[in-house]
Amino acid sequence: MMQADFDALWITLKLAGLTTLILLVLGTPLAWWLAQTRWRFKFFIEAIVALPLVLPPTVLGFYLLIALGPHGPLGGLMIWLGGQSLAFTFAGLVIGSVFYTLPFVVQPLQNAFAAMGSRPLEVAATLRASPMDRFLTIAVPLARPGFLTAAVLGFAHTVGEFGVVLMIGGNIPGETQVLSIAIYDHVEALEYGHAHWLSGGLLLLSFLLLISVYAFNKRFSVLRS
Amino acid sequence: MSIEARFTISYNKFLLDVELHIPASGVTAIFGASGCGKTTVLRLMAGLIRTANGYLKVDDDIWQQDDVFVAPHCRAIGYVFQEANLFPHLNVRGNLEYGLKRVPLNARQLAFNDAVNLLGLSSLLERNPVNLSGGERQRVAIARALLTSPRLLLMDEPLSALDDASKNDILPFLERLHIELEIPVIYVSHSREEVARLADYLVLMEAGRVQATGPIAEMLTRVDLPFAHGDEAESIIEATVAGFDDEFNLTLLDFPGGRFCVSRKSVAIGQQVRLQILARDVSLTLEQQSGTSILNILQAKVLELSAEGVAQVMVKLDVGGVPVLSRITRKSAQGLDLHPGKNIFAQIKSVALLT
Repeated sequence: MMQADFDALWITLKLAGLTTLILLVLGTPLAWWLAQTRWRFKFFIEAIVALPLVLPPTVLGFYLLIALGPHGPLGGLMIWLGGQSLAFTFAGLVIGSVFYTLPFVVQPLQNAFAAMGSRPLEVAATLRASPMDRFLTIAVPLARPGFLTAAVLGFAHTVGEFGVVLMIGGNIPGETQVLSIAIYDHVEALEYGHAHWLSGGLLLLSFLLLISVYAFNKRFSVLRS
Repeated sequence: MSIEARFTISYNKFLLDVELHIPASGVTAIFGASGCGKTTVLRLMAGLIRTANGYLKVDDDIWQQDDVFVAPHCRAIGYVFQEANLFPHLNVRGNLEYGLKRVPLNARQLAFNDAVNLLGLSSLLERNPVNLSGGERQRVAIARALLTSPRLLLMDEPLSALDDASKNDILPFLERLHIELEIPVIYVSHSREEVARLADYLVLMEAGRVQATGPIAEMLTRVDLPFAHGDEAESIIEATVAGFDDEFNLTLLDFPGGRFCVSRKSVAIGQQVRLQILARDVSLTLEQQSGTSILNILQAKVLELSAEGVAQVMVKLDVGGVPVLSRITRKSAQGLDLHPGKNIFAQIKSVALLT
């Protein structure tokens, strides 16, 4: 492997880790709200959350590029604040990944919160636990398998991202070049040996992540039944 | 000391409209068929559901009125659900401490060990709830609710999800609770047997409305209510253990209308017990019989007569101020010339000790 490949690996892990962290922080309240609310238009929000599942990454990437660029609302704001536009930066990549990976984190969490039903929370309420207390001491522990699924899916999906990254991050080695794009470059340059190393590594990583999720959730469901 | 509640709520086509004044002591049973709204009343009292214009006062504290609505976690209630609903991520000790930890030290009225002993949980503390039997889980749930030192314990058919063996396992604990703690209990049930054993006061609900309320002995013998009809019609009598007859191995039980002799039971002198007498086990005579195998013969006065089908009559008697039902044939009633106010003797074939 070349130095550029190690850089790409590091950027990929950093991007996936940060994205997962941000999504767990922002996605948990959103998923909780979606699981609890009786608002009749909640399907509208659910559809927006699910949009990245069906949208071609290039479409999402295109709109993000415009939003993050010097004339877009986000990029413009950054310039007005004395910074630079977010297009072709690592920060831009993180913002893009957060949008693109949103459903993979919110949906498992929402399902986990919905699956526990309202009864454990009612019981906790009659045991003097305030709403925030109930959320932290009952809902979060009971949704633990959902959190694990959400974190692993969010991480793995960001690692596997290609189109959105290419659209908004460009392909700047050491800055915005991630593994999936590095592989693409190797193949274009007919460096199949390098491509094999990176592809095989990603395949193994993804497989191990998914195995750990399924093994953990299986152990959990056996414990519950 | 009383609980006053007024709730109106409509779900789809079901309308619940109740007004309750119940004593804030002893066990009040809310009795009714499935779907009559009794669980909804309990959930409204706990604040788990909220209705506009509801009113709830416990002693001098208003829990709901106009804009006032005390959140469920701020109400000093204990709630036992039909299913135990133990938290699966905590062991038995963790479940018991969950509520206890959230009650300020100076508001705690029941120590951890007392609750554990009262419900016989000491050997279960480190167990995982998944590995407990249904009856054990429900006992943990009851102790968990008690440990919040509630001013009012709400129980929603706590035995209905259990098999008969587990029910009989828990009933004695509930009776102990009744005797040893001074917490008023509201007990929702559709089981006549549980109500007869546990309740002091009864609220009868039907189709979202309160049909009648009153002390248990009075309610069970009201001939205008369904309780006092059919094969199960019964009278409940509170009595005191007066002594024993060692020669014949009998227990003597005193109540305001006289004395009962029943076969010897393991009770202590002075103990309060609850007796059950089925209406079909009470026959009537004009003069006190002497040559009879029946031990329990009491002086009574006819209060009311009510037709029971075409061939039988339910007679409500006053035995020293205590209401007792007797079911006899219409022919006998006519032969004895029964009418309200008539003095008569009641022969009681069988008396069951409920506690």
